[in-house]
Amino acid sequence: MQQIIKGNQVVPDTWVLLPKDATLDQLTNAGDIIVPLAMWQEHAHALQARDGRLGVWLDADEEAESIADDLQHFDVIALNFPVFSDGRNYSNARLLRDRYQYKGELRSIGDVLRDQLFFMHRCGFDAYALREDHDPHAALASLNDFSEVYQASTDQPLPLFRRR
Amino acid sequence: MYIYDEYDQRIVEDRARQFRDQVRRYLAGELSETEFLPLRLQNGLYIQRYAPMLRIAVPYGVLSSERLRKLAYITRHYDKGYAHITTRQNIQLNWPNLEDVPDILQELASVQMHAIQTSGNCIRNTTTDQFAGVAADEVIDPRPWCEIVRQWSTFHPEFAFLPRKFKIAINGAEEDRAAIGVHDIGLNAVRNEAGELGFQVLVGGGLGRTPMVGAQIRPFLPWPHLLTYLEAILRVYNRYGRRDNKFKARIKILVKALTPEVFAEKVEAEWENVKDSGTTLTDAELQRVSQYFVTPELESFSGDDAGYLDKRGSDKGFNNWASRNVHAHRAPGYAAVTLSLKPNAIAPGDITAEQLDAAADLAEQYSLGEIRSTHYQNLVLPYVQQKDLFELWHKCRDMGFATPNIGLLTDIICCPGGDFCSLANAKSIPIADAIHRQFDNLDYLYDIGELELNISGCMNACGHHHIGHIGILGVDKKGEEFYQVSLGGKSGRDAAIGKILGPSFAADQMPTVVQKLIDVYVENRTPEERFIDTYERIGIAPFKERVYAADH
Repeated sequence: MQQIIKGNQVVPDTWVLLPKDATLDQLTNAGDIIVPLAMWQEHAHALQARDGRLGVWLDADEEAESIADDLQHFDVIALNFPVFSDGRNYSNARLLRDRYQYKGELRSIGDVLRDQLFFMHRCGFDAYALREDHDPHAALASLNDFSEVYQASTDQPLPLFRRR
Repeated sequence: MYIYDEYDQRIVEDRARQFRDQVRRYLAGELSETEFLPLRLQNGLYIQRYAPMLRIAVPYGVLSSERLRKLAYITRHYDKGYAHITTRQNIQLNWPNLEDVPDILQELASVQMHAIQTSGNCIRNTTTDQFAGVAADEVIDPRPWCEIVRQWSTFHPEFAFLPRKFKIAINGAEEDRAAIGVHDIGLNAVRNEAGELGFQVLVGGGLGRTPMVGAQIRPFLPWPHLLTYLEAILRVYNRYGRRDNKFKARIKILVKALTPEVFAEKVEAEWENVKDSGTTLTDAELQRVSQYFVTPELESFSGDDAGYLDKRGSDKGFNNWASRNVHAHRAPGYAAVTLSLKPNAIAPGDITAEQLDAAADLAEQYSLGEIRSTHYQNLVLPYVQQKDLFELWHKCRDMGFATPNIGLLTDIICCPGGDFCSLANAKSIPIADAIHRQFDNLDYLYDIGELELNISGCMNACGHHHIGHIGILGVDKKGEEFYQVSLGGKSGRDAAIGKILGPSFAADQMPTVVQKLIDVYVENRTPEERFIDTYERIGIAPFKERVYAADH
């Protein structure tokens, strides 16, 4: 079982992430799954009828707006980084948290590396599935790379100039 | 000058520590080349042709004697005893060792400097007018705004991985010396009819492969909303800018594809949501930052210094220097002085450790300890008393700062080019040098008058060739270095992109080509016309005919 960072801890991951080409008939009734956006859009009713818990994942070119009205159905939203240098999902994360008030788990998946964790955390992520060849225990330290920040963001609604 | 408090200091020290660990992991093989690349770039560290290159941030070009001395020390201790001023007012070291960079960052942090976001696909150093705070034509001092933007953009968590690099410039004067029209965002500080302060916002200007002048998306943005509006622009760009093709990834391509009107609508819609958030600027913050930029106590003089004017009348060499390198100041009896880093046979913008120390001494003795770097790759002393100018001139001559060529043909803007940069298609410094030699006669140079000649070694246009009155671009033709010439580019209020003259030239033809362009100008000009004026009146055809005419 893969280990992920959740909050400030490394925990076993109990969720199954379904690829984009997964189909509904492959699903079991129980078990916690994170489905691709297209599957959610096509099979929302069937997915809600399952006993297992439900999450959805967005790729970098998919938009937070497309699930803004559905947030109550998800225990996890995962945002994919096809390469770590693709920064679009930082904006999606902030929109989900700040604009649409999503309170559940927000997880980064894909090419997730430790040197990006600090930024991800600031944008509202609270779970990180690091790329498999990376050690999540070692990566924990990077969540504390900086002890002070200038801007307001999801983790700190007041910019430094309103606090200094 | 802005002085760090404990918070600012902690952030640069945290950065130095973070980078030390990243370098350690890279050297230990824990970080791959690809993973390390954006980390080192966001710290200004390139792996270049012969050695790493470290770009040190000089936020909006403001330096002090203390900082210059530290830079002199760093170049001696960690490099080959010289540094280079860039066209973004930053300072580059050409020969540091990768292993030493964490120590260099720590040295820099001790004088409140850093290398944060001097490269990479993030928000770069915000630039401005080198005469900010002293220019006679200034409406609003842009420096507090630059500092406010610097802090907002430093490690902005949402915008650390943009589609491409992002450059902001702010102007606050009648004339635009910050070239805001060729930046991703150009901000022009203005007052509305009610006398309130705000910004005209331009978006989508830039040089590079697809040069463009920015389009206005808002004529007046009240100042408290500056940061939320920037945030809205950046968010639209981060989400919708192209990422499939590096050459189409700058914001200008998005603005053009959508049209400026539609882009503006998207920004306004996004802004509605973030407009009155905590990021809205406060009076207290504006005052806190502005206090560091109040005009220092200056001696009061009733007008120009008589001794200075006398000397100008009696000493031709001094008068030449004063007419080119001394600039009008808002305080009577004062002047701003450019230290030319463009003498003959030196790469434009290069400065030795001895010169850095000497400039620090001059700043201390004559300019209240303050000094600026300019995007023309020179240095400026902003607070010099006219009565000291003659003495200062002598010292400048001793140190190689007195070349009286500011704003003239040999005040060439030039990137490091193929001698140093691994992106370059061609060398640029030897071309600058050859042209410099061709126009070495000072009387002739003065007769030619104001002219901007800019050279880039590749499409990335670090040498701003598109906005030179004469622009030169190095190109690669079947493995050989050639040079394409463009005419009619301009920065400033009426920014324009130059037009390509025609087929490119071999390196050894370049001095003659420039000579022919100058000949056409001299033969056609009216007494009051600069090169660019004559070009605009007679068009490109006569220049083209002369340059491409068959040799007899």
